[in-house]
This record gives sequence, structure tokens and C-alpha cells, in this order.
Amino acid sequence: MRLPAERFVGVEIYKWIEGGRTKVMKEKLEALKVEALAKLQEVTDPQTLNDLRVKYLGKKGELTEVLRGMGGLSAEERPVIGQVANLVRSAIEDVIAVKQEAFVQQETQARLQAEKVDVTLPGRALPQGGLHPLSRVIREIEDIFIGMGYKVAEGPEVETDYYNFEALNLPKNHPARDMQDSFYLTEDLLMRTQTSPVQVRTMLEMNGETPVKIICPGKVFRRDDDDATHSFQFHQIEGLVIGRNIRMSDLKGTLQQFVSEMFGPNTRIRLRPSFFPFTEPSVEVDVSCFKCGGDGCRLCKQSGWLEILGSGMVHPNVLRAGGYDPEVYSGFAFGMGVERIAMLKYGIDDIRNFYINDMGFVKQFKGI
Amino acid sequence: MKVSTEWLGDYISLEGVATEELADQITSAGIEIDGVERRNKGLSGIVVGYVKSKEKHPDADKLNVCVVDAGQGEDLQIVCGAKNVAAGQKVPVALVGAKLPGLEIKKAKLRGVLSQGMICSAKELGLNDKLLPKEQQEGILVLPENTQIGQDILNVLGLGDEVMEFDLTPNRSDCLSMIGAAYEVSAILGRDLKLPDPAAELVEAGGPAAELAGAKIESEDQCTHYALRYISGVKPAPSPLWIQNRLMAAGVRPINNIVDITNYVMLEYGQPLHAFDADKVAGGVLGVRLARVGETLVTLDGQERKLEPHMLVIADAEKAVALAGVMGGQETEVTAETVNIMLESARFDGGTVRKTSRQLGLRSEASLRFEKEVDPNAVIPALNRAAALIARYAGGSVHEGVVQAGGAGVQEKILTLSLEKLNNYLGTQLSLLEVKTLFNRLHFKCGDAAQGVIEVQVPTRRGDITADVDLIEEIARLYGYDNIPTTLIEGVTTPGALSREQSVRRELRKLLASGGYQEVMGYSFIQPEQSKLFPALHQGHHAVKLAMPMSEERSVLRTTLIPQLLDIALYNSNRRQSDLALFEIGNIFFSEAEELKAQPQEHPVLGLLLTGSQAAKQWNGTVRPVDFFDIKGALEAVFAYLGLADRIVYEGDAPQDYHPGRSASVYLLGAQGRLKLGTVGQVHPELTRKLDLEDTYVAELLLQPLYDHARTSLQYSELYRFPGMERDIAVVVGSEVPAGHLLAAIREHGGTLLQNAQVFDVYTGGKMESGKKSVAISLLYRHTERTLTDEEVGEVHDGVVAALEQTFGAELRK
Repeated sequence: MRLPAERFVGVEIYKWIEGGRTKVMKEKLEALKVEALAKLQEVTDPQTLNDLRVKYLGKKGELTEVLRGMGGLSAEERPVIGQVANLVRSAIEDVIAVKQEAFVQQETQARLQAEKVDVTLPGRALPQGGLHPLSRVIREIEDIFIGMGYKVAEGPEVETDYYNFEALNLPKNHPARDMQDSFYLTEDLLMRTQTSPVQVRTMLEMNGETPVKIICPGKVFRRDDDDATHSFQFHQIEGLVIGRNIRMSDLKGTLQQFVSEMFGPNTRIRLRPSFFPFTEPSVEVDVSCFKCGGDGCRLCKQSGWLEILGSGMVHPNVLRAGGYDPEVYSGFAFGMGVERIAMLKYGIDDIRNFYINDMGFVKQFKGI
Repeated sequence: MKVSTEWLGDYISLEGVATEELADQITSAGIEIDGVERRNKGLSGIVVGYVKSKEKHPDADKLNVCVVDAGQGEDLQIVCGAKNVAAGQKVPVALVGAKLPGLEIKKAKLRGVLSQGMICSAKELGLNDKLLPKEQQEGILVLPENTQIGQDILNVLGLGDEVMEFDLTPNRSDCLSMIGAAYEVSAILGRDLKLPDPAAELVEAGGPAAELAGAKIESEDQCTHYALRYISGVKPAPSPLWIQNRLMAAGVRPINNIVDITNYVMLEYGQPLHAFDADKVAGGVLGVRLARVGETLVTLDGQERKLEPHMLVIADAEKAVALAGVMGGQETEVTAETVNIMLESARFDGGTVRKTSRQLGLRSEASLRFEKEVDPNAVIPALNRAAALIARYAGGSVHEGVVQAGGAGVQEKILTLSLEKLNNYLGTQLSLLEVKTLFNRLHFKCGDAAQGVIEVQVPTRRGDITADVDLIEEIARLYGYDNIPTTLIEGVTTPGALSREQSVRRELRKLLASGGYQEVMGYSFIQPEQSKLFPALHQGHHAVKLAMPMSEERSVLRTTLIPQLLDIALYNSNRRQSDLALFEIGNIFFSEAEELKAQPQEHPVLGLLLTGSQAAKQWNGTVRPVDFFDIKGALEAVFAYLGLADRIVYEGDAPQDYHPGRSASVYLLGAQGRLKLGTVGQVHPELTRKLDLEDTYVAELLLQPLYDHARTSLQYSELYRFPGMERDIAVVVGSEVPAGHLLAAIREHGGTLLQNAQVFDVYTGGKMESGKKSVAISLLYRHTERTLTDEEVGEVHDGVVAALEQTFGAELRK
């Protein structure tokens, strides 16, 4: 780098007058600059760069050394030489800065190269728990009915004969009350065979108030030998609505809304007459197969329909047992097996899986 | 109930209605048709032939060569292997080209002799083995002599019939009869019925029956009507083919004309009948009474039955001769030698019959019908119908009059139905005319409707209809559920919601699942031994047993969730899934009284199980086995989430079946003192060794206290605006001193300035004096309003240190 000569015109005159000292220092500075820049030009590593910085610009560096000679200069000369020295310093500093930045860049590049990972290796696992599939299905059904204005009611798993049968219009000698079919604890106490007793308990708690709109999920028990489609313990969800002027057409509307949300908006329902002691009329409810849409497939055994619900209008004797006058109030009830719905929905072929709790099974049910 | 369409055609025209189509209509009107069975299993080209002659086959001992007139113009030569073939018989002949199940008949030479067809057995014709009369079970089928030659066998044996299987719900026992089925079909198709008129068909002959037989009822609660007819001079023989065909179509095996006719009429009217050999009835009187203590009876099946005093019997002057409504006795059975019979038709109590038949394991077509209560107005018509058929097909004389006891006529019920209620109930807008038309189809008589209220007379055959809602159902099912509109509930809307308990439970499930725990579901029943494991969450209470468990393994209501969690862990670790984090929420059961009198207590409980490694084996991390602090951490997360962290105390009191040094009871502090929530820790190594499990950690907590005390109102507290000051200390204390006690003392003496204190290191061994440990604790002081000075913190902190020194003899490590 050359300093522009014209800026030194006046100085040169002065120097000529004042003698050679200034000239000598200037030359020294110039020589220093030339040498420093040349050396810096050749630097290839940060350490050497630093050494050179110390050598030229450090406290005991060569620039400082030259400037020490400024003591002999006159007050007029000093700023002139000072200015020259600063120019030399900043010229060297600039080059060092450029070099340094280059080295940082190089270093970053090298680090990036060194830090490269195999992005296809697996990540560290977040702990993965999950809900039991039956919990999921119950929650889903609860949420649909909560959205329709229902409360969730629950009751004891051990019931009295009265709530489990008698209040539900199953008289004493009804075949369903046989010891062979239910788990009795005493003559009067048994494991509930259905969640319907919760209906009567809730009606009594409501003390004649309307509307009653509840669903009752829970475990129920029947003396069935376990096989692919039977389990002595299973889950039911029952629904009950009581009010003035509750109609069978409301039951149809309610179930249609439920199946549309549960199984998809195109799901249709079909009611078939049936018989349950606690409802009159009683109906079995089929939904159009949500797998094939009703065309017939393996799931629906080619019929296009899946049987999922029992329901009907609450029998007057049940209303009476719950403290509601059947001439004033009416209601509907429906019930479904949670395992059956889960099996249909998820394509499970053996009910026993729900209670074996193989991790391979229960951990499958993740997703929305 | 198997309903033959051929038979049904006696009562109602089925013209133009395909059976499958009819089955669909019946199903959608309320009785599910399980299937339609064609009695023809693939026969064609089989006709009736007359065996003109039979000669031995020249080259085969066991074969005969028959000449048969099968109405084909020319006689046929047929080789036949059956032993019972004989000249003069009428037999089914499969002509050349005929088809049988799995077989086509061709012209053939048998040992050099030409055979132009095959003489068939009943089995070869596809008849059900089990339903064949004894004489037809072997050899060729021999047809009655009067059978017309050349006639198609399908017509002779009624094989063109199609049989619908009615799957009846318990209320529709009226359809356990052909006439009941005809009424149902008539209602569905809207076609007329033509029913038999037994009174008109019956011709009485001989003297008054009352001179030969007597009937009495001694137990009126179990029998309301007992009726007999006396028939003399019967000739037991096989029934006419048409009766046999219909019985077989209905799944009943033909026996002889007398028995077949009682069965036939039972199927027709739904009224079971029984025929006694009158000459074996002592005293000629049959009475209905309860069995005597120690009484026995040999039933028709040859078994001696020990009777109990609740069982109803028919007895002659000396002893029990039949189990009422269940099965007849062997001694008075109708046999080939029987000449005079007493024919019984009665109405026995359903419950009594059911109890007896269940107890003796004897379920018959008769008991099935009595159990569901028979139509009181069918007792006499059925009796007369059977008497008329016996007179006609078994050659007897029906003596004058019915001998009977009880039988006060049962009136048809009259129910009133409001048209408005019907329409409100269904959401329909049916007119009076429409409703009356539907009742008319059901053969329910309707009175004139006054002010929209219809009087409906319900036939006694429909015992299931007792209230107006039953009538509404009849209308609904015939009108068609598809035609009922779809509406939404009118009136006030209600907010749907979960209860507090339900909300907390859901949150817990979510929290645990997202913390890596997998939910499982066990059974409410466990083994008696399992119910004794782990500390009872309610001291002094008793486990509850099932009266009749299906197995010992599931005979007691669970008192703890842990044993089944261990079972699940074992099941999975046997399948190479041994890193497990499980939870279950379910009920446990206790009885306060030793003998269960009232409903037992049911408590919702949370169970946790942890075993194996803390995380799965990974390429970039070390695998650490789970320990006590992992499972405790899960509990702490639960308590923190519910806002209860500050109120929980762990006490290392070595609960039952836990590792004594790695377990604790968990308490909730409250205004009324502390409440035990449950236990946490490592399962006792002895127990896990017996169960063949690796080290396993479990916890069990009562949920009700958590539901009750969970924080449900969230409140914002201001963010810290001033810096806090941290002081770390390390104290040397006796190794038995619980860290929790140190922290409690620190919190107590730290006052309002102490914001947090946490253990960050515990050190024993090495340079530490034995029996001592060093606990390092980090304390954070902070003031909400200003920056604290060193002096302020120093004062409090010195107090804390002094308290530790005094209370625990702690030495501050420098």
C-alpha cells in the first residue's frame, strides 16, 4: 500500500527545513508497514496471525518501538508522525481483521463438517404411554353425548336384585334372573348384569325433575364362558332420556345423530322390533356398515348392516320404579356394548384381547 | 320354532309370496327369521315304484334283483342291496338320470346284471337321520301300501316344503304354534285366516267319559285347568305320511299315530298334550298334586327321577304317573298294545314347570311351552282337535264329554288406548282408521272410539300384551319403524358435563399416558390368595366372595389392583416385553361385615407398575434400570398436577409385601390430620422371585380423596420481578435421617423468604464417616417486593442452618 504523496507536500517542505529526523521515522514506519503487510499476506493459520499481531501491534511490538522515538520530535512534528503511525496501524489492523474473519469462517466450515450427524438414525424416544382401547371408545362416546347435553352417571358394580332386575320390570321368576346366568354374591346381591340399574338410581336421585339426560358407562358381568365373542366381564354404555313428550321419533333422531358422529356422517340406522323387559316398544338398532357403506363385506357378513344397539321407549313400570308417572312422562333408553363397538371400529376379532393386556395389543390404539 | 310353509298354507294363503320375501317381512315386523330351510336337499327324478318281484342276484349273496313298476310304461330291473326289500312293497325309485344329494343315477351293470335305477333309503333321500322313525333308519324306505305308483317322491314326502326358523323373543311365545304363526303372518300380509274347528270335526261315540275317568286338581296354585278325554279302541300304528312329514319339518321325530297326533296338535295350538294308557291308570282317576317326600318316578326316557315336594306331578289313585308339563311316566306310556287312552290337556304354572325341568335337566317341547304360559282358551280346542284326529287316524272312539277340573274361563282383556298418546309416543300422525285397520289385521277387536280413546280386546293367546304401550308397540311394528319420523328432542336444552370425579379421572389418565404409562384393564375378580396380598386400603375389612364362581381363579372381588398388574407384567415379560410402565384405574371392593348383608364398599383406585429399564435400549444412550424414584416421580407428578404436592407425606414404614427398605405409605395432610392414600415401592423380592418377575415397582392410591381435594380453581400469581438469592449447603447427618425431614425443617425455618429448597446430592461412603451421610441442598430466597440484601438472607439462612444443627445434629460441611 502506498500513501498518497500529495498529502505530504507541506510536510516535506517542513522536513527539508527541520532536517532528517522526521524523514527517518516516516521511512521506518513505511518500511514497517511494507514488511508487516508482506508477512501477513503469507499467514495461513490463526496462531501465526496472532504472533504477527503481537509482533507489530502489541505493547512491545515494533510499531510501539518506532513511536517511542517520537520523544525527540517537536510539537509540530508529533501530530504529523502520529497521524502516519495511525495510518500504518489501521492498515495492519485491517489486514489482520480480514485474515481473522477468514480463519473464523474456515473454522466454522470445519466444525460444521465435523459435526455432521446421520439424520436417519432414530431420535431419543419420548416416553410413550397410552389409553386402553376401551377407555378411548368410552371417552369418545361420552364426548358425543356430552355435546348433546347429556351428563355421565355411574353406579356400583355390585347391585341389589331390586335395581338390577325388579325395578327394570324383570319379575322374580324371569329366566334372566337365574343363578346360572349371573354372578350372585348373596341371594339379594349380584354383580350387575347391565348398566341399566344406574338408570333407576339416577331417576330416584333426580326426584321427579326433568329432563333426565344421562349416559351410564361401566363394567357388567354375565356367567358366559369366555371365547372370541364372549367375555364374562364387559362394558356397556346406556343412555336414558325422560321428560314430557319424549317420542320414539326422538329416539331415532338421537341415535342417528350419535352414529353420524361416531361412525361417520353417511352412516344410516335401521330399527328392528325386538324385546327387552325394560322398554316397550323395544328395538334393535343396526347401522349401515361403516366399512363398506352398506354394499356388503366381511365385517357386516355381507348384510350391509351391523347390529350395535338395543333401545326402546322406557317401560311404564320402570318409570314408576324411578318415581315418574307414565301418564305424564315418557322416555327412551338405549344400550350398547363397548367391546363390540371397539371390535367393529378397530377390526378386532377376539374380545379376550381387551383383558389380556398384551402390550403389543393395547399400545396399538394411538392416533386421533 | 320351525314353521313349515306347506303346513302354514292350511291356515292362510301364501300364494304369490316367496318364502324368502315372507321371511324378510316377518323379520322386519318383529320376529327374526334365522333362516329358511329347503327340505329338498337336491332330489329330482325319484318316483314311487312297486316291487313286483325279488330274486337273488346270481353272482352276489347280498344283492337282490327286483322288477319294479315305477309307472314308466315298462317295468324296470333294479339291483338292490337292502335286506328289507320285498315283493309287494311301495318304495322310492331313483330313475336313470335322477339326482340325489351328491349322486347321479346312471344305467349300470352290477356283477353282470343290469340295474335301471336305485331303490332308496330315507337317508339317501336327504332326510334328517335323527328325525327318522325307528323303522326307517335302516334299509330302504318302505312307503304305505296306498301310495300311488309313479308319483314324484317330493310330493309323497313333502320335500317341496320350505321351513322358516322363527327366533322368538321371550314375549312372543304365542308363535310357538302354527296357528300363532298364522296369526302373525295374517297381520303382516293382511290376508284372511281359516282355522280348524275341532268342536265341529269331533264325533263323539260310546258312553259318557265321566263314567270311565276322573280328573281332579289338588294344588290349585300350580294348575288352573286339567282336562281329559277318554278314547277307547285305538290302534297304535305309524301315522299317515303327511303327519310324519310335518312333524319332521318341525323337527319332531314321528313315533306312532297317538303320540304323533299329540305332538302335531301341540305344534298346531301351542298346547302340549299327553296320552296315558288308560288301562294302566289305577282307579281311572288322574289328579294334579305336588310330589310327596321321597317319591320317585320312572320317566319315558327310562330314568328314575327323585322327586321333590315343589315338583308338580300327575298321579293316579296310587302314585305319580307323570311329571306335570315336563315328561310322562314309563308305566302309563302308550305302546303298541294300548287299546284305551286318557288324553290330557292342561294349564300348568310356568314357573313350577321351569323349576322342575331345570332341576332335572329335562327340557322338552312341552316344558318349553308351559314355561312361557299357554293360552288358557286353547286347552279345550286342542284337546278336541287331538281327539278328532285320533278318532280319524288311530281308529278310536271318543267318549262323550270332557272330564275336567278347574278351567274357569279366562276373559279376554280389554285395554284402552288413546290415539293422542299413541301419536305422541311414536312421533307419528296416524289416523283412527289407520290404527283400527292395523288392529283388525292382528285380529284384535276394537270397540267404537269415543273421544279418541279406542277399546281394544286382546286375545288370550297374546299374554304378552298387558298395557297400552304394548298396543302401541303392535301398531308401531306393523306400521313399520322405518316410517316413524326422525326428530330431535324438544323443550329445554341441558348442558352436558362430566362430574368432578369424572373430570379428575380423565385428567389423570391423560397425565399418566403422556408420562409414558400404558393403561391396562383387569377383571374385577381375582384369586382368594391374591386378595390377601398388599396392605388393605381399608383396615379390618373383608374381601367379598362370589357365591358361585366360574373358577377359583376368579372367585373373589378384588381388594387391590396390584396382583393383576403383576399378572399382566408377567404375561408381557414372558413375551419379551419386559420394560413396562402400566397403570389401571378401577374399583376395589370391601365388606365391613364378615357376612355380606349390604352392598360392599366400592372404592376407585389408581394402580401403577414399573419394571425393566427406564428407556428402551438405544444406540446413543445408556440403559438404566427403573428404581423407586421413578415410580415415586410418577406419584409426585400426579400430586403436583392436582395441586396437592405440599400436602403429601411419604413414610418408609415397610408396608406388607413390599421391599422393607424401598417402600412407603403415602399420606395426605389435611385439617383433620393425615389420611392414608396408599402405598408405593418395590415389590418384595421374595414375592417377585415366586412370581418369576424381575425387580418390580408398584403403587396404589385411593382416588376418592384425590377427587375431593384436587385443586379445581386455578389462580394467577404475579411473576417474580426481583432477583432471588441462592445458597447451597451440605450437611452431614446420620444416615437414618430422612431427607424429607431435613427439607421440612428447612421449609419451616425458611419463612416467607424461602421460595424453594431441593436436594441436589446425597453422598455416603468414601471419606464419609460410617453411619453418616452428606446431603447437599440448594435453597432459593426471594422477596416479591424488593431485592434482598445479603444481611437479610444471611439472618434467615443462619436460622435454617442452626435448626438443622439442633434438630438433626447436622454438621455444616465447609
